[in-house]
Amino acid sequence: MALVELRNVSKIYHLGEEVIRALDDISLDIEDGEFISIVGPSGSGKSTLMHILGCLDSPTKGTIKLDGIMIHDASPRQLAAIRNRKIGFVFQFFNLLPKLNVLQNVELPMIYSGVSGKERRQRAQAALEAVDLANRARHRPSQLSGGQQQRAAIARALVNSPRIVFADEPTGNLDSHTGETILQLFRKLSQEGRTMVLVTHDPEIATVTPRRIELRDGQIAVGFRV
Amino acid sequence: MSAAITLGPEGRGHWSQMLVTVQTGLREIWAHKFRSLLTMLGIILGVSSLVGMSALVAGMEKGAKEALVAIGGLEKVRVQAQDVPIEQRHLAEQAVGITVNDVYALRQSAPLVARTSPEMRLWATLSAKGKTFRPWNCCGVWPVALELNEHVIEEGRMFNELDDEMARSVCVIGTATRDELWGSPEKVGYEINPVGETLYVNGVPFTVVGLFRHYESEQERKEREWTKVQAGQPKAGGLTRNRGWGGAGRRGGNFVFYLKNATVYLPLNTVWMKFRSGATRAAISSGTGLAIGATGDPRLSGLELRAASVDLLSEALQQARNVLMCTHKGIEDFAFITQEDWADRIKSFVHNARLSGGLIAGISLLVGGIGIMNIMLASISERVREIGIRKSVGAATSDIFIQILVESVVIAVLGGLAGLATSYGLVHLLGHFSPTENTPIVKLSALVLAFSASVLIGILAGIFPAVRAARLNPIEALRYE
Repeated sequence: MALVELRNVSKIYHLGEEVIRALDDISLDIEDGEFISIVGPSGSGKSTLMHILGCLDSPTKGTIKLDGIMIHDASPRQLAAIRNRKIGFVFQFFNLLPKLNVLQNVELPMIYSGVSGKERRQRAQAALEAVDLANRARHRPSQLSGGQQQRAAIARALVNSPRIVFADEPTGNLDSHTGETILQLFRKLSQEGRTMVLVTHDPEIATVTPRRIELRDGQIAVGFRV
Repeated sequence: MSAAITLGPEGRGHWSQMLVTVQTGLREIWAHKFRSLLTMLGIILGVSSLVGMSALVAGMEKGAKEALVAIGGLEKVRVQAQDVPIEQRHLAEQAVGITVNDVYALRQSAPLVARTSPEMRLWATLSAKGKTFRPWNCCGVWPVALELNEHVIEEGRMFNELDDEMARSVCVIGTATRDELWGSPEKVGYEINPVGETLYVNGVPFTVVGLFRHYESEQERKEREWTKVQAGQPKAGGLTRNRGWGGAGRRGGNFVFYLKNATVYLPLNTVWMKFRSGATRAAISSGTGLAIGATGDPRLSGLELRAASVDLLSEALQQARNVLMCTHKGIEDFAFITQEDWADRIKSFVHNARLSGGLIAGISLLVGGIGIMNIMLASISERVREIGIRKSVGAATSDIFIQILVESVVIAVLGGLAGLATSYGLVHLLGHFSPTENTPIVKLSALVLAFSASVLIGILAGIFPAVRAARLNPIEALRYE
């Protein structure tokens, strides 16, 4: 049984008279432990696909099963809980809260899963050590470099031990060298057995993943496997 | 094969979560100190005006109740002459008026009337030592009027039945008369005891046999004792300027207490013989005096009675009415004047003052609430991205709702606490400038009410912003710049 099963998923927007098919009848499986990239130019629907896979959005049509749970008809509260425990996000702009220090940022997902204060701190510290950022725990995000911020964001994504991690253009805001180290980190995490999905417009970055899916106009173009 | 969704809150540490939420709220307020302070100001003003207003009203209520007790309490009733009602107009000629017979009849036949005394009022000018004074109340009464009107003798004695029987020229005066004719303790520096002095009532000499106690409200007493204590100590800053109020003679004070102090009691028979019978010296010297009614006008200006208890007041009044209807041959030329009207007036005054003060405080609390709502809306539009991030890491709609609501409540609670602190100062300030002589009284219930109102306002003001924040679409919120 695959970790993620998409069946005939469509996402349709109505912009006035115009009907936009952001996703057009997509079926896709992602196995447990896979490292996969979703590539495509802007407007190809890759962000929409990631949002639907990441339980931030729901499809217009089709069924999605994540870790055995049918999420296409889950309530918002259940979706929030799934995001909290089964999914980690890494964003292009890091999306750390500027008023909290790095440790508090990493603790954030555990606050919503009700982990007690002491355990929260220990687990956040461990997650920061895993991304080699333990010595920056008390710094504000603004005091860190872009690469450090992205590593803090990765620590936050991993701290609740999710089943799957989505990275949306994780190197898009970094110079090529720093981007390379972030991709190295992803490779390492993948080797440790995590399921990772890399969303990017850059085919070169997509070469780091064993499996690639290319989206065009809301449909899977290359590398399809149902 | 769809597994059941078992992702409900699994043993969430509610307390730990709530603690973090409150911490987040406090951090947010601390990050915008000035803005938060301005927002709280509305609540601070609302809470302190609520407390101040209620303290002011409570003070007035206490003063009014004290005054009510001073004039004899609720169980005291006056019987006064009134015009014969329209349907008995043809009998008006036969109306006897209130006489001392009524008093005897009430004593005999109205067991629920505990005490009763006739009252023959005299429009008197008092003079002694070359000074004159027109007291508010100079009347001929029986000795029982002392207890009836809650008078207390300070010096000398009340005149007795024998004085009345013999129509002796004796009188008992209050401190206001003493102060006017012999000098007040404030002016003279010591208490003058006028017992034994001669007092001329409309030119007729009387001997002062007694002096009533000085009546004053509790607050006046405290103030007087305080100035006495202060006078004992050497003054620090040289001369003090006379500010034109307070001071000697007729103290500002509560009017009711002044009126009570300006009472002069004479024996009823003396008043009747000397001032009503026409047997005055003027009449005698004119040679015709004795001829015109040696018996005089027997009508009283009224009579006073005291019911056995407040609970039996209406029964006592009914008894008294039955008795008086007999003695008045069924002609209703008398009316009962109870203090209930006054008590009702106090009640309605307090009610009105509370209502209008509460309205003002309520409006300022409302304005404070709108301020909070405004600032929360501004705050969430600044923090759209933060809300998006929180949702993406798993915050449920309810988590965001509670977070915004808690922030709003925290602002209101801090404002409420600060308001309670400022109300302490406000009440002191009001004590100096208050329109009445009564010190404001801060009641615990008012503090609790004001504080819970501020909390309630915080909750109400937070709901709308919280709903808006919670409903944000996470995808759009994450894209928001």
